[in-house]
Amino acid sequence: MADRPLIAVEDLKKVYRMGGVDVPALRGITMSVESGEFLAVLGPSGSGKSTLFHIIGGLTPPTSGKVVIDGRNLGLLSDSERTELRKTMVGFVFQKFNLLPTLSASENIEIARHIAGNTAGNDESLKDALDILGVAHRLNHKPYALSGGEQQRVAIARAIVNKPRILLADEPTGNLDSQNSAAVLDTLKKLNRSLGQTVLMITHNAEAAEYCTDRILRMKDGRIA
Amino acid sequence: MINRLVIRNLFHRPVRTGLTILAVALEVMMILMMVGVSEGLLRESQRRTRGVGADILIRPQISGATITSADISEKLPEVLMQRFPEISFAMGSTVFTPGDLQTITGIDWPELERMSGGIVVFEGRPYAADYECVIDEVYAQQKQLGVGGKTVLMNHEFEVSGIIETGKMSRIFIPLETMRELQGWQGKFSQIYVKLEDSEQARGVIDRLKALLPNLSVISVEDFLALAATNIRQMSDQFVNVIISLALVIGFIVVLLAMYTAILERTREIGILKALGASKTYIVGVVMRETVVICLFGILLGYGLSFLGRAAVAARFPLVPVILLPEWMVWAALLAVVGSVIGALYPAWKAAEADPIEALAYE
Repeated sequence: MADRPLIAVEDLKKVYRMGGVDVPALRGITMSVESGEFLAVLGPSGSGKSTLFHIIGGLTPPTSGKVVIDGRNLGLLSDSERTELRKTMVGFVFQKFNLLPTLSASENIEIARHIAGNTAGNDESLKDALDILGVAHRLNHKPYALSGGEQQRVAIARAIVNKPRILLADEPTGNLDSQNSAAVLDTLKKLNRSLGQTVLMITHNAEAAEYCTDRILRMKDGRIA
Repeated sequence: MINRLVIRNLFHRPVRTGLTILAVALEVMMILMMVGVSEGLLRESQRRTRGVGADILIRPQISGATITSADISEKLPEVLMQRFPEISFAMGSTVFTPGDLQTITGIDWPELERMSGGIVVFEGRPYAADYECVIDEVYAQQKQLGVGGKTVLMNHEFEVSGIIETGKMSRIFIPLETMRELQGWQGKFSQIYVKLEDSEQARGVIDRLKALLPNLSVISVEDFLALAATNIRQMSDQFVNVIISLALVIGFIVVLLAMYTAILERTREIGILKALGASKTYIVGVVMRETVVICLFGILLGYGLSFLGRAAVAARFPLVPVILLPEWMVWAALLAVVGSVIGALYPAWKAAEADPIEALAYE
């Protein structure tokens, strides 16, 4: 059990059918991620890294190949089982923050707990995480009243509130200036180092990848380069 | 938490939410007012017939409740009183129904007073001349007529001689002989009212009257009212059903469009919820809760508008009584909820089936 990787990907392929034409997005990816690791997947646009992110996150099924997360083969999961996986195993951080605009920062975090069926009061680990994220004083604000960096840190808080085994971050600094980018990368690094959070970050920014991760995986044209 | 999301979503687009609530309210109001008018007219008609104080009615054998002729001999009331010791009093009336559904009754005033046990005259006096009429207070209010006022009945001008309490047979009375002359009904009655010494004897007297008058319909007043109610309901129910169906379709379409627009606008947010692990049931739950909240406010507003509508009708059209029936307030609410929930099914299904990746990419 201990020597099994948290994420094991084997010959993963994904083909999208667009206008009657098959477009391969992933052409046979094999990789693994250990528990507690901070891995960056680096590649240019169209390299297939977002598709890899979506499959590992259970947002879409693979066309062929195998993705095993914590012993569970995603290819064998039904739609509702993949929904359950997103609820319990994975937390997402998106480039565009994707906070619900009608809810305050704290409610955005709270709704993730509610969806996961975690309706107990605030727990200590959430408070610790909020301290690390540095957004505890901004929780009553709506997203439009927060800076991009603050929104992204709220999104990170929302992603980790249910203590997922994996934090998936898709271009988390893509919409941020350099100062806020550094703050968000520092946050992810702290979560990884202090709380042992496994992080899989997708980026096209080599500098960002090198700044905080344990390992970098380069992708090109749907393959590991 | 889900309730907070629902409320925030509804307040996010206040105009759309408000208009949808208004549509549901109008749906509820349409149902309550239609049923209310139908029931009000029926009960008012029953009250006036009961107000005559008769036990038995003798009428031509016609299928409906409305009489448009006078074929019964004027001798009949006297003959009946002579032959049936159980009958304390019998009298006849002539009835004319113009196009506006208000019946004009030709009657001998002292006889009506005797039959009904007295009539309260608020203003003026009973008619004393051929072209005088007596009207009830509601008709007077509706037509803004006072004593001495002129009104055209059966193409002739009549002067109002008195205004009486409502609930006695008819709203408009003219002298019996005047109507006979105008209609060519000399020596005839349209129907006969019979009052018994003891109402308990009605069944036996009716049987004997039926044997004596095989070509006429002899019926107790209570049976007549029940029969008339059934006839009126059969007619009005069709109309009411059309209005209810129309109201349901309007509610359904408005809710469908409102929720569909909301879902389309919130595509990205639905993608976010799905990424967070929200199940299809959870997404459907959010949409349905929004619909039910809209519906509840719509129902409450609909009740309020119905009471306002009733007051407005009472002020503007006193001849049209509106009775807001409690059981129909429940029915209208249920119909509104059912129509709205059905209207929200497609948007909810569309939201639940949304592909999270496509939804998250939605701009």
